[in-house]
Amino acid sequence: MFPIPIQKRPLINRISYKILVPVSLFVWLIPLIGIMLTSIRGLGDITAGNYWGIPSEFLLFSNIKDVFQNTPMLSYIINSFKITIPTVIGAVAISCMTGFALASYKFKANLFIFFTFIAGNFVPFQILMIPVRDLTFQMGLYDTVTGLVLFHVAFQTGFCTLFMRNFIKALPNELFEAARIDGTSEFNIFLKIVVPLTRPAIAALSVLIFTFIWNDFFWATVLIQGQHAMPITAGLKSLNGQWVTVYHLLSAGSIIAAVPPVIMFFLMQKHFIAGLTLGASKG
Amino acid sequence: MGWFSTTPFLNVPDSTQITYRKSSWWKLNQQRLTPWIFLFPGLLLFLVYVIWPIFNSLYISLLQWDGLSPAIYVGLSNYIELLDDEYFYISLMNNLKWLILFMLAVPIGLGLAIFLNQTIFGIRLIKSLFFFPFVISQVVIGIIFSWFYNPRGVIGPFLDKLGLSNYAILADENFATYGIIFAGIYPQIAYCMILYLTGLNNLNTDQIEAGRMDGAKGLSLFKNIILPQLKPATFLAIVVTVIGSLRSFDMVAIMTQGGPYGSTNVLAYYMFETALSEYGYRMGYGSAIAAVLFTIMMFYILFFIYRMYQSEKKGL
Repeated sequence: MFPIPIQKRPLINRISYKILVPVSLFVWLIPLIGIMLTSIRGLGDITAGNYWGIPSEFLLFSNIKDVFQNTPMLSYIINSFKITIPTVIGAVAISCMTGFALASYKFKANLFIFFTFIAGNFVPFQILMIPVRDLTFQMGLYDTVTGLVLFHVAFQTGFCTLFMRNFIKALPNELFEAARIDGTSEFNIFLKIVVPLTRPAIAALSVLIFTFIWNDFFWATVLIQGQHAMPITAGLKSLNGQWVTVYHLLSAGSIIAAVPPVIMFFLMQKHFIAGLTLGASKG
Repeated sequence: MGWFSTTPFLNVPDSTQITYRKSSWWKLNQQRLTPWIFLFPGLLLFLVYVIWPIFNSLYISLLQWDGLSPAIYVGLSNYIELLDDEYFYISLMNNLKWLILFMLAVPIGLGLAIFLNQTIFGIRLIKSLFFFPFVISQVVIGIIFSWFYNPRGVIGPFLDKLGLSNYAILADENFATYGIIFAGIYPQIAYCMILYLTGLNNLNTDQIEAGRMDGAKGLSLFKNIILPQLKPATFLAIVVTVIGSLRSFDMVAIMTQGGPYGSTNVLAYYMFETALSEYGYRMGYGSAIAAVLFTIMMFYILFFIYRMYQSEKKGL
């Protein structure tokens, strides 16, 4: 155990540690606490400059109601779900297959394809921007949810393949061999053996991709123009322009935008962290 | 066992011969063909949406093109123009600032991880709260910090006390970039912390105990025994931090849109601005900027791939 467990330290250290942890947590979260406080304030507090004092009114719900009534926030959120959920399903399904193919078959191009997926995953978005936008235009999918989902699925396949391939590679190969000797077809090996065994990896990937896509801003800006398909990140940005001074509404909007990934994170914390730290504990 | 079943003793229909042959061809080639069938959808999408666009962009960077009218081939003139473009240098310098300052996220994340690697009541919740900023969209982080920096906003009262009333860091061309980087590094620290927490969790206890027996303590224990074991976590933390620093688009777009006077531009945002914003639709010039960014990144990607390739070879 490193560092030495605090329980083995002198009393004074133990006490100061127990004070220091919540204090540092508070300092760390000041920006988030600030936005939460602001979201419950009324316009009166904002114009009077009361940012850190006790809110004179508790208006969280009315601010949220305001946001929903006076802005297309609801449609932004629905769009975000319409973009995120199909992307998660698509990318995870496709990468189960690619991951399986690269993990359990030996063929010449195997490592080359694997490294292509990895390399593509690190590419800066800007080098893809113009051709992808053009392609989406030509397919008649510009400014549609479908166009954005297709790109997201394709791009996320890189990361997901890396993840799945490494996970499946770590499964005992004898399992597949035994099934093959029994005459199980390759497709059934995939469906009946690989898919059930990769369930933890599928869960981890799903939460990660959900968060990545929900929080995506760049591609939403490049491939979407109108409100009808705009996800919440791009929507917030457009509200940011309109509401320079109405911070309490903007804060309420930001909190609404943050809720789904935060819930996802807390429900699936273990999987989320396992996915994110893949490779952090072994070479 | 399969062959032991009753099937062979049933009346076999005439077509058996043919299906048998078919399946035998399939059986012979199944092992060879299956991976390609499984790879097909993923590989196709990836080639169309990721690999081909890279080459296409490199080609577009040799054109003069507004996206609508016919493109004109202009050779390297976009790149030559870049050499004289003041904003290009400002963006490049800002990328460098991002990269260097972002690296601070790695040691700070490590420090936080060591600080929090204890088992006291509620520590799990505390760790996840520390991790919180990473889960939230960069757009939201950007909004939070813009409001934070607003002179009539949160830090206003504190700045007044320091004699800096009405100071807006995001409007100060000398410091605006640092204001954005500070906001950007906030979630990155959380990411590095979580990587190191995982690393610390998987330390080899025997080695640490042996080290302690030998009298290693504090810094020397950390340097000689802990840090080498944290190498995979450090590697990953550096990788994601470099990538994070080069993907600074979101923060700049939300907080300053490159202003004031282009002083907070980074290559990622400048490229977007030249190619797609109201400043014009210069696809070729934008692609040239993207190509520079890509080249910088490529060194890095190759280094990463090389390392992975080494460990793959060991594994095979």
